[in-house]
Amino acid sequence: MLRQEQDAEDVTQQTFLSALENLNGFRSEASFATWLFRIATHAALKVIRKRKGLKTVSLEEATEETDRVDSVPHPEFIADWRQSPEQLVQKREIQRLLDEALARLDEKHRLVFLLRDVEGFSVRETADALGLTEANTKVRLLRARLQLREELTRSLGDPDKRVMRSHYPEH
Amino acid sequence: MKCEELLAMLNEYVDGTIDPVVCKDFEQHLAGCNPCQVVVDNIRKTITLYKEGQPYELPVAFRNRLHSVLRQRWKETHAAPPKPK
Repeated sequence: MLRQEQDAEDVTQQTFLSALENLNGFRSEASFATWLFRIATHAALKVIRKRKGLKTVSLEEATEETDRVDSVPHPEFIADWRQSPEQLVQKREIQRLLDEALARLDEKHRLVFLLRDVEGFSVRETADALGLTEANTKVRLLRARLQLREELTRSLGDPDKRVMRSHYPEH
Repeated sequence: MKCEELLAMLNEYVDGTIDPVVCKDFEQHLAGCNPCQVVVDNIRKTITLYKEGQPYELPVAFRNRLHSVLRQRWKETHAAPPKPK
């Protein structure tokens, strides 16, 4: 989330210290990992807001335009992947590919993807954490997912099985 | 349903929150549209890959500092009571 090692180390330390001090507040019906992730996420978002000089929950200027679903770009490179995620995840070089694709997302799309798809926040929780509407959150999530799909498929897709855009029919 | 309309509903379908009536249209489109099938499959695999990614290994120096700080804080907050004379 933070894209800077020092900030990431500070937030990691802060998270574990906070967890240590608030162990009595942990409700055993929730997963411990989830609880830790929530503490970490809120700490990281605080750092991001501070970087931007923002005091409010929202991570962007009030003038930011609302994202629209009809402005989401269409998939370009469409192909089945050569290997399954289970096979790919074993490979060391995959992590670099995933990190690079994530880094190329706009921060506003990356944060929604990380909270929703990686950390398992609900759409409502993601919207609240980032000071967005649910509608805006969903559009940003769609953009993030499609952009990551595009980039990963260019590397992991089987070029022999590529579906060309000109054959992308409208039904 | 056109491909553009399917794209707009992609999140809901992949997350399993799509309206059942719309879902039927969605799946009918998928049955006859290979590019859309592949895109939906790609999206599911993309999410799985990020969710199941290997945990990030803490740099050794940082891990040692972190453990040291945590041990120190634990000692401070859980100091052993003085032994009775």
